[in-house]
Amino acid sequence: MGDRLHTFNGGIHPEGHKAESSATPIRDMALLPRYVVPLRQHIGTPARPLVQAGDKVLRGQPIGAAEGYVSTAVHAPTSGTVIAVEPRAVPHPSGLFDLAVAIESDGEDRAVDFTPLDWRNLDPSALRNRIRDLGLAGLGGAVFPSYIKLNPGAQSIHTLIVNGAECEPWITCDDRLMRERAAETLQGVAIMAHALGVKTVLVGIEDNKPEALAAMAAAAPAGVEVVAVPTRYPGGGGKQLTYTLTGVETPTGGRSTDVGIQVFNVGTAYSLYRAAMLGEPLLSRVVTVTGHVARPGNFETRIGTPLADLLTAAGGANPGAVGEIIGGPMMGFDLMDLAAPVTKAVNCLIVKDPVHFPPRPAPLPCIRCGACARSCPADLQPFEMYWFSRAKDFGKAQSYNLFDCIECGCCAYVCPSHIPLVDFFRFAKSEIWEREQEKRASDQARQRHEFKEFRLEREKQEKAEKFAKAAEKQKEAAAAGPAAAPADPEAEKKKAILQAALERAAKAKEGVTPKNTDHLPPRVEREIAEIDARREQVVGKEGGEG
Amino acid sequence: MLSAILVMAAIGLVLGGILGWASVSYRVEEDPLVEKIDAVLPQTQCGQCGYPGCKPYAEAIAKGEAEINKCPPGGLEGIKRMAELLGVEPPAAEGMEPKPKSIAVIDENTCIGCTLCIQSCPVDAIIGAAKQMHTIIADQCTGCELCLPPCPVDCIAMVVVKEDVTTWKWRYPVHMMKRAA
Amino acid sequence: MNGSPYALLAKNSVSSVMLKVMAALIPGIIAHAWFFGPGIWVSLFLCTGFAVALEGLILLMRNVPVKPFLSDGSVLVTAWLLALSLPTLAPWWLYAVGVVLAVLVAKHFYGGLGQNPFNPAMVGYAALIVSFPVYMTQWPAPLGLADHSLTLLDAFDLVFAGQGSISPDAYTSATVLDTWKTQARLGLPAEDIRAMAMFGWAGARGQEFVAAAFAFGGLLMLAHRLITWHIPVAFLVGLALTAGLLHLLDPGRHADPLFHLLSGGAMLGAFFIATDPVTASSTPLGKLIYAGLAGFLTALIRAFGGYPDGVAFAVLIANICVPFIDAYTQPRVFGHDKAGK
Ligand code: SF4
Ligand code: SF4
Repeated sequence: MGDRLHTFNGGIHPEGHKAESSATPIRDMALLPRYVVPLRQHIGTPARPLVQAGDKVLRGQPIGAAEGYVSTAVHAPTSGTVIAVEPRAVPHPSGLFDLAVAIESDGEDRAVDFTPLDWRNLDPSALRNRIRDLGLAGLGGAVFPSYIKLNPGAQSIHTLIVNGAECEPWITCDDRLMRERAAETLQGVAIMAHALGVKTVLVGIEDNKPEALAAMAAAAPAGVEVVAVPTRYPGGGGKQLTYTLTGVETPTGGRSTDVGIQVFNVGTAYSLYRAAMLGEPLLSRVVTVTGHVARPGNFETRIGTPLADLLTAAGGANPGAVGEIIGGPMMGFDLMDLAAPVTKAVNCLIVKDPVHFPPRPAPLPCIRCGACARSCPADLQPFEMYWFSRAKDFGKAQSYNLFDCIECGCCAYVCPSHIPLVDFFRFAKSEIWEREQEKRASDQARQRHEFKEFRLEREKQEKAEKFAKAAEKQKEAAAAGPAAAPADPEAEKKKAILQAALERAAKAKEGVTPKNTDHLPPRVEREIAEIDARREQVVGKEGGEG
Repeated sequence: MLSAILVMAAIGLVLGGILGWASVSYRVEEDPLVEKIDAVLPQTQCGQCGYPGCKPYAEAIAKGEAEINKCPPGGLEGIKRMAELLGVEPPAAEGMEPKPKSIAVIDENTCIGCTLCIQSCPVDAIIGAAKQMHTIIADQCTGCELCLPPCPVDCIAMVVVKEDVTTWKWRYPVHMMKRAA
Repeated sequence: MNGSPYALLAKNSVSSVMLKVMAALIPGIIAHAWFFGPGIWVSLFLCTGFAVALEGLILLMRNVPVKPFLSDGSVLVTAWLLALSLPTLAPWWLYAVGVVLAVLVAKHFYGGLGQNPFNPAMVGYAALIVSFPVYMTQWPAPLGLADHSLTLLDAFDLVFAGQGSISPDAYTSATVLDTWKTQARLGLPAEDIRAMAMFGWAGARGQEFVAAAFAFGGLLMLAHRLITWHIPVAFLVGLALTAGLLHLLDPGRHADPLFHLLSGGAMLGAFFIATDPVTASSTPLGKLIYAGLAGFLTALIRAFGGYPDGVAFAVLIANICVPFIDAYTQPRVFGHDKAGK
């Protein structure tokens, strides 16, 4: 494998614009007075906050813990005081706020003690738990928690692909990383290979980065093959790179692990190196700042750095700038608020100028020219999906395999009618997701409603039975009454027992009254537990009179 | 002329036969109609349709006793889907624009723990016991508002569910070339 | 709100596509003018003028922005294709009626650009030939065969003032396809028909070169990726195979495939008409089926139909089948197995 490259269909050759930011070495940023660390930086459940306003934290101290399986920790980028745990601006296309920890730094930048991991001898699951607690997540953009991807699980993984293709125009953070820190990155790769138990390791780098290719090839140990792949967007897409290097297609709806291949980004490999060798959590990443700025380049940026400060570090926007993009120009999104911080997912900040980022021309109707289909790396028929998404006929759109679309933007790039195809696909996808969500909710409501009716019915029956029994007993007692007329101690005793039983029943009944807490998902159960705890507090405060 | 008629008749017979055979051998086992109708209803269980729940309303529709435009939470979209399912023209529906999704929230300081709301909740989304403060499980609440009237101290309020980064949706793209008229 | 991509888009637009298509038509037009006289300039001029005026009017009435839609150029391509398929030197109102049918009926009645199921130019042509067969069979005779060589002024005169001083017989004749059909039915041996003056070395005299020029323009479009190879190849192969089979069965009645490829609207149809993206199939396999069907039908209509050429009807019938063809020829999607799972 790796000796013969495979060519995926479609793809485009947009202007690269890599030189603007790739010429200068990665720069460090000065310590900032304030950082904002969102708790949702990865795919999955957001981290659970571990600190409150007023707490003192040290650099590297966990401030959010992994919550559930698909989750990972977040850490304080410097030492200082937590000033708030509240919704703040985050880099998200919606511009909505999300829960974050704001930290005021004390200027000392004191760190907790980092203990390197003994990764060769550590038990694999212990190693993964450490990696989860160190907050590692994929730095290529998907930010999937790394510890999960390092678990070979039931499938056996035979090939590790390290993605250094960096096919998006303008972005050069992986390029600079590989040029300057090839040896360290490859050590991270070695740890990955060890954890997954793979034999073949392929590092794919687009051939427009000769320096990175040379540096990585020079530093690569035996068993790690550095492969130059042709420069063609989206050659760095996980599925596309996998296909280019191995000829294996990732099955639809599945992951590459289904076919024995795991893909990691080079940035993730580097952060794994730091985690294992230095015991350091994911505290910073390389971010490209480019476009219409005074001094474009790459910055070693602490997670939580407000983007405004990052922009200042690059000399600020030139006059005439018309907004910023987070990520690349093909798949990124418009930044709504420069107060939003750098997160693990942010690899690039592009300042737009009207020359390179003109407004999209007004769209014309689709002429079914098929240019989009020919450029689609997923071999889809975008114009058909567009037709049905526009008509809000989501079932039809889905039947044209809408969910195989990777939103790479090739189709919208080539369309002669300038139709914002990907916008339509994103719209259709989120509508379909919402509908599925609604469907699940209504199924749940139906079940719970039916259960309630069943419960009411059962309670009614139970009551009727009890009533019948009680009536019988009374009858019996009445029948026995005259025979045992003298109120002997035995009857008294019986009465007492009855009384006690009744009381017990009453108590028990009280205990079981909220029968509606059966069959709940763990999240809801937790919520209930929290509510119970709160209630206890309230009751306690009110002197237990409740 | 005669031969033409015969040929046409023969073709008709053959095609009819094929259709008949296909309808028998390709028949899909279908859910009973009530289930299908019930699946389209939003399961809010609010009773605004005049029936004690979604299922009874579904049964009434199946029997042809009820119009399909009686479900406000389902909104126009729901009527459309119901009309599609039943193969009828969607009836006129006024004031069926669905309200923004809201859920009920109990003011925990005012609640006296009377359990009346618990009994009224069709999906058991309220927990609490006699004389203890009650709470609504947000995830389970269908927003039916049935718990509002029974509360003797009016401590339950409907709160509109706000959009957050997980529930946010991409909007319908603006299509500048749309016909102005 | 506008999502990604934000990058400078590919330099591609509907109007540039249409302009390139028109540029690719120019060699054929020049050849046409060279061999059949200046009439083509008049019909091109008329069709273009009528079409632009009508399109503008319709856009105004439909209340859509006129400028972007008028400048998309699609109406120009329709006008040119119509002009190239109609006989030159016909009365001016024939072009006007053709344009109305093509632009108003075939295009805007269906919702305008991108929505029409049938090729507008072919709808115009087919409707005219059904309604005014006499005018539609009088084609200018090729250079050197006409008794009269026309100037551009003569051409204008003829188109607007009717026959004027020159008798139509002096400059028009039936097309070779027509002649072949009538003569062969009358029992004239193939060699004798072939020997008639209007026949060239393979097709109609002059027309062979026009066809070659259209093919050349088509190759230019291929080179610029305006079209893919599927449709022209499948169309020509479908036509040649069917014609060849008929020729083998009855050489006396049916001309050889080369003759069919080089006469009538075969080349224009293969490269410019069947390839109209709006009305053609859009999957690779679908394109082969669609264009193969159109070629096959062209040969059949030429052999057995009553009209001088079959391209228009064949393409229209193939247009009808496009939704079905597309639905059943969806390409395999990345990551799906052969069964589409
Ligand atoms: S590229 Fe644009 S115009 Fe062409 S088929 Fe695709 S969506 Fe339609
Ligand atoms: S955005 Fe989707 S449809 Fe468009 S080219 Fe990329 S994968 Fe294909």
